[in-house]
This record gives sequence, C-alpha cells and structure tokens, in this order.
Amino acid sequence: MFALSDLEAEALTLSLQVSIWAVGIGLPAALFVAWLLARREFPGKTLLNGLVHLPLVLPPVVVGYALLLLFGRNGPIGAWLDSAFGLTVAFTWQGAALAAAVMAFPLMVRAIRLSIEAVDTRLESAARTLGAGRAEVFFTVTLPLTAPGILVGAILGFARSLGEFGATITFVSNIPGETRTLPLALYSLVQTPEGEAGALRLAAISVILALAALAGSELLARQLKARVGG
Amino acid sequence: MLEVSIVKRLGDFDLDAEFACETHGVVALFGRSGVGKTTVVNALAGLVRPDSGRIAINGTTLFDSSQGIDVPPERRRIGYVFQEARLFPHYSVRGNLRYGLRRAPRGEGAIDFSHVVELLGLEGLLHRRPRDLSGGERQRVALGRALLANPRVLLMDEPLASLDQPRKDEILPFIERLRDDLQVPIVYVSHAMDEIIRLADTLVLMNAGHVAAAGPVEDLTGRLDLRPLTGRYEAGAALPAAVVGHEREYGLTQLGFAGGVLRVPALDLPIGAQLRVRIRARDVALALRPPEECSILNVFQGTVAEVGEDGGALVDLRLDVGDAPLWARITAKSLAELGLCPGRKVFAMVKAVAVDRHSLGRRAANARFVPAGASLPPDAGSGD
Repeated sequence: MFALSDLEAEALTLSLQVSIWAVGIGLPAALFVAWLLARREFPGKTLLNGLVHLPLVLPPVVVGYALLLLFGRNGPIGAWLDSAFGLTVAFTWQGAALAAAVMAFPLMVRAIRLSIEAVDTRLESAARTLGAGRAEVFFTVTLPLTAPGILVGAILGFARSLGEFGATITFVSNIPGETRTLPLALYSLVQTPEGEAGALRLAAISVILALAALAGSELLARQLKARVGG
Repeated sequence: MLEVSIVKRLGDFDLDAEFACETHGVVALFGRSGVGKTTVVNALAGLVRPDSGRIAINGTTLFDSSQGIDVPPERRRIGYVFQEARLFPHYSVRGNLRYGLRRAPRGEGAIDFSHVVELLGLEGLLHRRPRDLSGGERQRVALGRALLANPRVLLMDEPLASLDQPRKDEILPFIERLRDDLQVPIVYVSHAMDEIIRLADTLVLMNAGHVAAAGPVEDLTGRLDLRPLTGRYEAGAALPAAVVGHEREYGLTQLGFAGGVLRVPALDLPIGAQLRVRIRARDVALALRPPEECSILNVFQGTVAEVGEDGGALVDLRLDVGDAPLWARITAKSLAELGLCPGRKVFAMVKAVAVDRHSLGRRAANARFVPAGASLPPDAGSGD
C-alpha cells in the first residue's frame, strides 16, 4: 500500500527538487528585499513593495504567462539566458523551480521583513559603537535575531512551492519526468478515467509531506527561539 | 580635550550646543529631560549626524561639516553605555563582553578581559544569558562590554535612570572604580544632581538645546544665576574637601574645606582622601550670634555675600565662609526679622547628619585640595 509506484516516486522527487531549488534561489533574494523594505528608505520603495506582492494577488495563470513572455525562448530574458549560459528554463524543471520561487517570493519576504522589523535597531547601533561595521552588524546581530523569521519564510515558501500549480502549468506545461510535480500529476490523474485511486494516494502523499515540513519547522523554531532568547 | 560645536534640527527641536572641556575624569552633561543631552552624546558616538558643526576629541576630528569629515561610529572608538543595557540577547554574557574586545585595536591602553571581569564582579555571570540577569547586572555587563572595546572616551547616557535606588547604589561604586582605577575619561549624562556631585569633575549645563554653562562642578553649582537649571530643591554648594581626621569614639569624620572643618558621620576613607562635599542650601540655618548649648556641631562664621531675589516664601543667600561659598535657604520672614543683607556677619549652622553619602563624591585622582584655612585638630592623627 505504501510502496510508491514509479510515477508517484517521480512526481514526489521532482516536487521536492523543484521546491528546494525554489526556496534556495528565492530565500537569499527575499532576505535582501526584506532588509531593503524594512531598513532602507529609497525612491521607488512603494513600487518595489507592490511588485513583490504582485504574485500574491494576481491569478497564478497570469504570473505563468508573464514568465513565459519574459523567460520563453524568444522572451528578452530567456533569449539572454540561452545565449549567455545555454540555459533554457521554458518547459524544463528549472522553469518549474523559477515559477515556484516567484509565487513563493511574497510569502518569504513578508515573513522575513516582519522579523527584521522586530529586531531592535538600538542593538544595531550598540554594535556599531563596539566597532562593528554595517555588514558585520548585519551578520552578527540582525541576521541571527532574524533567524526564526527566515525559517518561517523558508517553510512557507517550501509549502507554497510544493502546491504550485497555475503558474507552473502555464509556464512549463505538464511534462512527465520534467515538470509534472505532485499537483500536476494529481490533476492529470483526476482528468483520467479510473484515475481516482491514484489521485487519492497522491493527495495522501501531499498531506504527509506538508505535515512533515510543518513538524520539522516547529522543532527548528523551538531550538532557534531558545538560542536567540526571545 | 573634548570640543563640541554642533547644530541639529529635529522636528520642532533645535539643538545648538557648544562646549569644550578637559577629558580627564568625569564630564557630566546635566539638564532636564528633553534639553538635548542624548542628542549630544549620540552625535559624539556618531549615531546622530549633526546638520553642521565640529566634534573633536584629544585633537582627532570625528566630525567636521566644513571639511566633510564624518567618521563612522565603528571607527570612532567611543564606548557607549545606554540607559537600557542593550545587551545582545543571542550571546551569553561572555559573548557580549567579547563582542567589543574582538574588534578593539590591540596595544596601547588595551584593558585585559580578566581585569574587567574582576573589576565589575562578573565572574559568576559569564555563562548566563542577558535575559537571566537583573537590571543592575545587565548594566554592569554593558559597562564591561563598552570598556573592553578599548574606547578613547566612555559615554554613559543616564545609565542608572531605569534602576531603583538599591541598584543605583550597587552600580555607582563600579563607575567610580572605572574613573579612579582605569582612568577612563567618561562623559556622563544625567538629570540627577546627586550622581553628578558624586562622580563628576566638570559640569556641562544644558537648557533647551543650548549649553548654558560649562566648568568645574564646584563653580557651577555655586552660581545663583544658574540656580533655575541646577535645581531649586537640590540647590547648594559643592566644595572640594579632604579628610583631615576621624573622631572614632563618636563615629565622626572631619573634613577640611576652605571654610573650616566639617564634621560628618564616619567615612571609611584614609586621611588625605580628596572629596567633593555638597552642602544643600536647605540644610544650612543662620544665626546672628554664636549659638550656645546647641546640638549642631558645624558652626561657621561668615558674611552674607548675596541675597537671591525670588519673591516667594523662601530666599537663598550666598555666604562667604573663609574662602568657600556656602548657600543657605531661609524664609523671607527670617530674612526680614534678622535684617540680613550683604556684608552682614552671620553664623551658619550645618547639621552633621545632613551630609550623607549622596552628598559626597570622590574627586579625580589627580585633584589635590589642601585645606589651607583648616587647622588640623590635635587628634587628627588618631585615624588611619
């Protein structure tokens, strides 16, 4: 009953791969943007804030279509990636990771931004009077105190990536073994006559995965909290 | 030498502060809440950027708007002890102490980790987390952390303000030790005159964004025109004095000052120890003839030098007692009935118990006051 079929294993591995990459790429960028929004004043800040939140409010299909226009083989960025690095993202698993990263980005930024804003700037100025430069203050004070928020952002982003459907299917289609992640495989089975049993099994796998991620994050969060001394 | 001349506009508040003073010992920045004391020390530390002006310390320019100099805080080497300790919650006490130490320039004047730990009594706390410390312990750790960064000057912004009196009494001796043992120049912000009398040598008096006066504590606290700023209730004369003897059988200590010998409850200090004594105006009573069969030990003959104009029920008088100024606060009724006016000879009476530990400060180690007018009583040597 719990032995995975090849199809299931393939979709599961692909989903994990896509989600891990999405968080891996998205998290550092989200950290930087969150810091900008929390700690810096600059012209166009409102615009950046709106842009970051766009995937949260737009229909995912629109995001996927926009990605297709930008990153497609003939899109401005896609063409450049192809000629400069020989990297194709349209209709590949890398594209699925990109779509997931874009969709998860606002969630990661929000979680991290809140936790950076909660770090007392007075601690940062104290650190500077003790001889630490701006970058050093960020890595020795701001970042460690933000760690719980970064963890929350990562978990939210991971969960969002696992569930990504609309932008993915629009941008990279539903190619078995390449871009058919768990939700896409589930969708395909539901569309197939007599695929219901398989769909149920995939749904169960999704639930178990989500619960495991939540439990893991809870455990980590407790350890972090004890270390940070919240 | 600390030279400050800065202009800063913060909303409706205009700061235009200018003063220069020696940096040895403790320089106190005194004034009511909201007069701009914290802005001045923040500008010294580099945490607030003045709109224009200049800040220099011992010849090193830290800020000069005309030359475009603005040394970042991490390169100013100015230690800062904040009102709230601002310890890093994710480090242990040891980690907090080492934070500044790791980044401090080695070599000249660097203070040893174990020395600071011993001086501030931090041995038992090293493995604790800041959240497990009491308010007083936190402030001690903050002091140690700032010291270990090997600062040119230590800024303290009301480090005792958020502590209750027992905690204050716990921290003050440590600050005295920094001043006397380590000889770290300190800029001390406070609105409590008793802390300043106890710690400071130089006073910078601030009012509404300006420096009203700067100079030795003794001079400024004795000036009638500054009375509204130094505080009416706390008004009095701060006098340099030295321990000249002990009367063991009565538990008294004799302090020589320019106006004579003052007997106060016993102090655990050797003969020759340099002190600053504050005699509050409200603790001085006046008589026209020497009091007889009276419990008050300290009676000084003097002359009325100045009568303050107040218009209320109370009047402040400045007396010249020997070479020392002494302040007396009496009622307007007494003033009229005794017919006191400048030039009148009076006897000033000071209760020994009025001089408590909050009225006494150790003077900087290099201060030397020899009570010239005070003749040493024959039993002066009976002390230690």
